[in-house]
Amino acid sequence: MIKLWFKSGSPWIWFTASAVSACLIMVLGVLGLIMARGIGHFWPSELIQFSYQEDSGQVRDIVGELIDTSITPAAMAKATGFKMSADEDVLVQYQVKTGNRDVSGADFRWIQERRVKQQSNPSELIAVERREWGNFYGRLVAVKDGGKVIAEGPDAMPVLQERLKAALSLYEQISHLEKKQIGAVNYGLERLRLEQRRLELEKRWDAEAQKRIAAEKAALDGEYKKFQGQLVALYQDIRKGSFVAAADDGSEHEIALAKVVRVYEPNKMSVFGKIGHYLNKFVEFLTDDPREANTEGGIFPAIYGTILMVVIMSIIVTPFGVIAAVYLREYAKQGFMTRLIRIAVNNLAGVPSVVYGVFGLGFFVYILGGKIDRLFYPEAAPSPVFGTPGLMWASITLALLTLPVVIVSTEEGLARIPKSIREGSLALGATKFETLWRTVLPMASPAMMTGLILAVARAAGEVAPLMLVGVVKLAPSLPLDGNFPFLHLERKFMHLGFHIYDVGFQSPNVEAARPLVYATSLLLVVVIIGLNLSAILIRNHLREKYRALEG
Amino acid sequence: MTTQQARTHAIDMKSILRGPRDQEENSEVCIKVENLNLFYGEKQALHNINMDIPKQKVTAYIGPSGCGKSTLLRCINRMNDLVDSARIEGRILLDEENIYDKSVNVASLRRRVGMVFQKPNPFPKTIFENVAYGLRIQGINDKRTLEETVEKALRGAALWDEMKDRLNDNALGMSGGQQQRLVIARAIAIEPEVLLLDEPASALDPISTLKIEELINELKEHYTIVIVTHNMQQAARVSDYTAFMYMGELIEMGTTSELFTNPRKKQTEDYITGRYG
Repeated sequence: MIKLWFKSGSPWIWFTASAVSACLIMVLGVLGLIMARGIGHFWPSELIQFSYQEDSGQVRDIVGELIDTSITPAAMAKATGFKMSADEDVLVQYQVKTGNRDVSGADFRWIQERRVKQQSNPSELIAVERREWGNFYGRLVAVKDGGKVIAEGPDAMPVLQERLKAALSLYEQISHLEKKQIGAVNYGLERLRLEQRRLELEKRWDAEAQKRIAAEKAALDGEYKKFQGQLVALYQDIRKGSFVAAADDGSEHEIALAKVVRVYEPNKMSVFGKIGHYLNKFVEFLTDDPREANTEGGIFPAIYGTILMVVIMSIIVTPFGVIAAVYLREYAKQGFMTRLIRIAVNNLAGVPSVVYGVFGLGFFVYILGGKIDRLFYPEAAPSPVFGTPGLMWASITLALLTLPVVIVSTEEGLARIPKSIREGSLALGATKFETLWRTVLPMASPAMMTGLILAVARAAGEVAPLMLVGVVKLAPSLPLDGNFPFLHLERKFMHLGFHIYDVGFQSPNVEAARPLVYATSLLLVVVIIGLNLSAILIRNHLREKYRALEG
Repeated sequence: MTTQQARTHAIDMKSILRGPRDQEENSEVCIKVENLNLFYGEKQALHNINMDIPKQKVTAYIGPSGCGKSTLLRCINRMNDLVDSARIEGRILLDEENIYDKSVNVASLRRRVGMVFQKPNPFPKTIFENVAYGLRIQGINDKRTLEETVEKALRGAALWDEMKDRLNDNALGMSGGQQQRLVIARAIAIEPEVLLLDEPASALDPISTLKIEELINELKEHYTIVIVTHNMQQAARVSDYTAFMYMGELIEMGTTSELFTNPRKKQTEDYITGRYG
């Protein structure tokens, strides 16, 4: 019977199908985990007030979000040093995010369930998202303006929200002034400084040039003064507003509105209110700059940097790989040499990526970049322009890393073009080049796109080499902005992959940042899927267009 | 079937399909093959071929598979250059010029000697662009010139009426027979002097085959045509001259009616009566 079953081939089907199922489960598991952990991060959780008996026997209030619950068997708990009475089987502990790092010194603490005397959700509890020191949880006492109390008690909340809105718009103006306008002035001043230095080096620093530079400098200085004046006024305005809140230990703290992102009362929120809050936070996550050593706020610069880097890499790697593949397949005499080159190219794909990073740093950044600096940017010395890690070197390093896949798939595509098509073109009097250019290459374009898809998938997720050749924890400005020449290839940039590593393992407050790691991972996956999907759409379009002849 | 019966059969086929015709008229020589030897590596594929192909006539190559007829055809527009291991000795004169001379530009030679292959091989472009391909290669991009030439070529290939409203459709959507006529239109659009047809109907159904054969009859008014075919009846129907090849050698060449009715060589007779091949 068993023998017959084996003979029928069913076990083989089950065996192969189980392999596929295992793959599927793993993929879904990864996606499911990061989605479950990442998506929930922005949901406003209820604030709970515990009456807790401390070790000293004194009872105090603890306010915070319930993060996690752990259950430890009594024996194990005893071994770790907890005092357990005979009738207790387990020790239940809650992890509570208490916030108020500036007050208590930590964001999280573990409390024992058996010591919780009372537990409630008072609706007047507020959560304050601050630009520094993490969240503040407590009760609103009063709103102040220029040191004077203007609202107290239950009326304080609406006044606070109104004031906060005004303060946020001031904050926006300030950051626009600082980053965009004063940034542009500074950029202009730096350019003038470099120009002056260059003229001096070229011995053309004559009276005329001095006059011109001085005039431009004066204009910029004037602008700077004007912006500075506006800035001072704005700062004075924004510093006036503040509010007083009581922490769970009863102490009162004055919080400046300039340092607050939002204040909300999670226990009062309806489901729709929570959804609104969630969407608000999510949009902030996508479009804002990071705060607090990347553990709060948005990741826009990282998304931007990742996509820009991948696009530049694609622009470099595609023509390069295609041209190399065309020579290898179409022009080179097939033999020992081409075999050797193919083996080398294939092996290149297997080299660990960090090795490319080291190569990129040693060769591109230090040797090539150093040479470029000496030749073209002598005025910037001693500070390097291209002689330091940056967007261009990162893109080129990743282009090198992904070159093999583009070459291999383009070659395969070229090999698949039927001989009859080439002969048909040649028989019409086309030269080999014309045949390639007008017929073979367009027909092989879906294969090139396949190569590009693989390249993008690999490059977008790569972190190790980028740490060496251009990615930083926090880039002061985007590599593509409004200042001429707009695309700044020499700048350092932020990257989602590195951001995950940095937030998850390098930040001062790892525990608080953990959900953000999942959210960022999810976003990285979404970005890669998005890049791939667009490439796949283009490929399918091309395939439809250049559908090869059957047989 | 005895030899005699088979031979009569062949004649019957011919007279039914084409009617009697004077094959003895004198004609100019278009292509002259002189002492042509071709080697693929060590193996010799063509042995000392000598042959005159007359102008504006249809010459058919017949012979069993692997006898070298396609190879010989591909020598006339130097398609064998694409085969790395091929080596050629001897000369082929096209209008008294050796096409294997070093000074000859292969691309311009192929412009003068068009070729249609066994399987239809349209490019994955529109019908219009397929026919205009050869012109664009020559740098002709003027819209009116292109349109006129495409229309003329499609008319020449008896496709215009079917395709005039579908010029911007992808050529791969056409039927096999239409594709093959499109490929012929593509070849005649650049107005070659010679048209080489390598088994042009072997992949087609009988009706499409008939259309192609009719087309060949019309085209010979303007072009010198050389056709390779497996099908002896087809050779008898469309050609004025027939060459029989066997094992890389030219056994016999003559007017079609003579070769089919009165072969001089025993091998030819054996082949056309169906003893082998």
